[in-house]
Amino acid sequence: MSIEDYETVIGLEVHAELSTKTKIFCKCPTKFGAEPNTQVCPICMAMPGTLPVLNEKVVEYAVKAGISTNCEIERDSKNDRKNYFYPDLPKAYQISQYDKPLCKGGFIEINVNGENKKIGITRIHIEEDAGKLNHNEFGQGSLVDLNRAGVPLIEIVSEPDMRSSEEVDAYLKKLKSILEYIEVSDCKMQEGSYRADVNVSVRKKGDTEFGTRTEMKNMNSFRSIVRAIEYERARQVEVIENGGKVEQETLRWDDVSGKTFSMRDKEDAQDYRYFPDPDLVAIRLSDEYIENIRKNLPEMPESRKDRYINELGLSEKDANFLTSSKAYSDMFEKAGEICKNYKAVCNWLNSDIARILNEKEQEPDQIPFSAENLAELVKLIDDGVISSSIGKKVLDELFANPRSPKQIIEEKGWVQISDENAIKEVVLKVIKENEESVLDYKAGKDRVLGFLVGQAMKETKGKANPKMLNEMFIEELKK
Amino acid sequence: MDITELTVHELQEKLKNKELTVTEITKAYVNRINEKEKDVQAFITLTTDDAIKQSKEIEDKINKKEISGDLAGIPIGIKDNICKKGVKTTAASKMLENFVSPYNATVMEKINNENLITLGKTNMDEFAMGSSTETSYFKKTKNPWDLNRVPGGSSGGSAAAVASNMVPWALGSDTGGSIRQPAGFCGVVGLKPTYGLVSRFGLIAFASSLDQIGTFTKDIKDTAILLNVIAGHDEKDSTSANVEEKDYTKCLKNDVKGLKIAVPKEFFGEGINEEVKDALEKAIEKYKELGAKVEEVSLDIANYALAAYYIIACAEASSNLGRFDGIRYGYRTPNYTNLKDIYVNSRSEGFGDEVKRRIILGTYVLSSGYYDAYYKKAQKVRTLVKNKFDEIFKNYDVILTPTSPTTAFKIGEKSDNPLEMYLSDICTVSVNIAGLPGLSMPCGVDKNGLPIGMQLIGKHFDEETILNAGYTYEQATKFREKYKAELKK
Repeated sequence: MSIEDYETVIGLEVHAELSTKTKIFCKCPTKFGAEPNTQVCPICMAMPGTLPVLNEKVVEYAVKAGISTNCEIERDSKNDRKNYFYPDLPKAYQISQYDKPLCKGGFIEINVNGENKKIGITRIHIEEDAGKLNHNEFGQGSLVDLNRAGVPLIEIVSEPDMRSSEEVDAYLKKLKSILEYIEVSDCKMQEGSYRADVNVSVRKKGDTEFGTRTEMKNMNSFRSIVRAIEYERARQVEVIENGGKVEQETLRWDDVSGKTFSMRDKEDAQDYRYFPDPDLVAIRLSDEYIENIRKNLPEMPESRKDRYINELGLSEKDANFLTSSKAYSDMFEKAGEICKNYKAVCNWLNSDIARILNEKEQEPDQIPFSAENLAELVKLIDDGVISSSIGKKVLDELFANPRSPKQIIEEKGWVQISDENAIKEVVLKVIKENEESVLDYKAGKDRVLGFLVGQAMKETKGKANPKMLNEMFIEELKK
Repeated sequence: MDITELTVHELQEKLKNKELTVTEITKAYVNRINEKEKDVQAFITLTTDDAIKQSKEIEDKINKKEISGDLAGIPIGIKDNICKKGVKTTAASKMLENFVSPYNATVMEKINNENLITLGKTNMDEFAMGSSTETSYFKKTKNPWDLNRVPGGSSGGSAAAVASNMVPWALGSDTGGSIRQPAGFCGVVGLKPTYGLVSRFGLIAFASSLDQIGTFTKDIKDTAILLNVIAGHDEKDSTSANVEEKDYTKCLKNDVKGLKIAVPKEFFGEGINEEVKDALEKAIEKYKELGAKVEEVSLDIANYALAAYYIIACAEASSNLGRFDGIRYGYRTPNYTNLKDIYVNSRSEGFGDEVKRRIILGTYVLSSGYYDAYYKKAQKVRTLVKNKFDEIFKNYDVILTPTSPTTAFKIGEKSDNPLEMYLSDICTVSVNIAGLPGLSMPCGVDKNGLPIGMQLIGKHFDEETILNAGYTYEQATKFREKYKAELKK
């Protein structure tokens, strides 16, 4: 049998850091990137005698995520302790939720190759992040940074409903966009605030039993996840085809070699000894509380998409593109609102901006300039101040060193020449220097006009107003 | 006049009348400590130098009328599992031998706000695990009534310090009897308040759902005064109750007419020493004389409470003590080549036997496959115990029992027999299991002249009723006028 005779089954556990201002059980800030151990207090360092107090915003954000993924919100919930020793876990237990998560039984809809599919959400629960171990540059061993210890997370567990890496990619992107839209997580994968544990198994097509799964933990790039699934799928099929058995284990994906490696000693099978945290009280949510959150949820991507198509006249393709990321959609709406040319804004995002991000391997939320900047760029072109080819150069500048496009074109001297006399001067110069072409044109070769305009553009370093150039040439050549 | 014989309310009176000054009081206690601590061994860390300095500052401020609180300058002892900023907080463990707390427990903030003067941190069983203060890594505290005997535990240092007049009062903590049992053994008053009345923030956790900070005093009026200081909602402790603030001195009416007292027969049966029983019978007669209605009830579930207690307490402890891993603070083994060694050796070398025994037991009962049979079942028993107490309290105001089955035992007598040691908590643990307030006070002495403790259990957040019941009995019997710890060898 070949790999085509097998079906891949994938389930995900996504961890998203919530964008609350303070940690889940103390009042330390959650800001990313501070000096090690500067965002800590006796509570998140687990000093003896300290106690956790649940940040209510964390519950609110998790409920938002639950509602937005069609989950049932549990009225009764609680926090449990997951006990294990590791230097990044100061209490030697993580406060999580075991048998009573906040949200259960939801789904999200994905679209792959034009087909819609529902992916089930088993549960969403709240928990605290651990700290970080850094390599010690000055000596042996590791250095512990507890800034991240106690940053709130939601874990979103999917059903094993995905059958391909494309579906996984679509699911992860859709889920990310939902969390961004409801503003509960900034989902910055490069900062580790959106990461996934990927469970993969294979079975012969037609089988109803699942195969043995392996788990790859803490994956934080779409590209690696797709590659890892493809690799793991092939590896498992090969094991089975060679008469072996897939072992249930945790694997580490190595991006450089493009392979998975066994991570944990199997003898160390963990028993987390979950039990209800006696330092915290049960979580009880009223119907009113949940309803209130539901009513105040921000507009979701589907609704935005409809609006773009029906009110702004965008194509479905463009609307899909824009709503695929909240960063795009927000920038589109804000810039369009200012410059009143939604179509142009959409085109910039869809073509040049998306291309540049792709080249840089960056995400839409990493666009360095503001919607105001983009609106100004569109307006400068619309007003004839610059040509669209200069516009592209302005965009490169915006990526390199974000500032007002007006300032950029002034600094660079890129203002379009729209002065009639100046244009005429150039046109006459080009006609004089290209006598042969002029004769060709007069002999009926209309194409030559383009060449002449090009020469004039070259002469003005692209700054001449192309429409005026065209008209001026036609007029002068008639003479 | 021996200043150190006085209660706090007597000291307050004399401060008010200018018969005494703050510095005189502090000096008297420091002298007493310098004289008697070598015999009693009640403290792990003494802060007497700071105390003398602080007493001068406070006296100065009082004279300048900068502070007015009527407890300013009163000395106190603090159990060494309550964090005091800048001072060693060891929980009597090698693990925390050199740990200096970077923050104050909420009760410590309250103590500081009243300008009370801390004389030292008192000895205890390691991590509050024990009933004799013998599991302390540092020293064995002696019972001031007989220096060959234990003071009880785990708050034995606080109890002995009060009984030997080295402090006028002290704070302790009680997870299964750790205030009431040593109070009983040392002939002082000990109160374990309702779970949630006093903030646990800054109390080094043994068993989170059972731990409660409480008081050691010479009489009931002092208990009410100190409870006024430490009680109250704390936003740093999720399990702290948001109940209205009360002045507990107002409930001391010296009147128990019509008070309905329940006496569970199970606490007067097998295993309870005859002399203890006799003393309790006399106390019951006294209550009847004073106009209370006393009736026998059944609290059969209490027999299961001890087993449930040890399962729940050890389960929670096994998790609570995980943070002592040799990584961030506390003892780290010098013998390691890898991470696992740091964990295993630091904890093996840093914890004593009793602590290890309980961590192992707790780890076991939470393990997959055993959770339902032990931890879950214990929680069910816990609910039944609570229900049974609720049922009794429908018809009664107070439940009266002995504090312990026996009076103070000899040092070393039970330290090799953990089970027998656990049994000395039999009368007290069910109160923690149910989260109720419990008061222990002396009600007589045995033939060796050792104090016998009586326990009064109240309804949730009804400390007032047991305080008044205790106060009324105290006024009628005057134990302190008849008996005194002589610190004899």
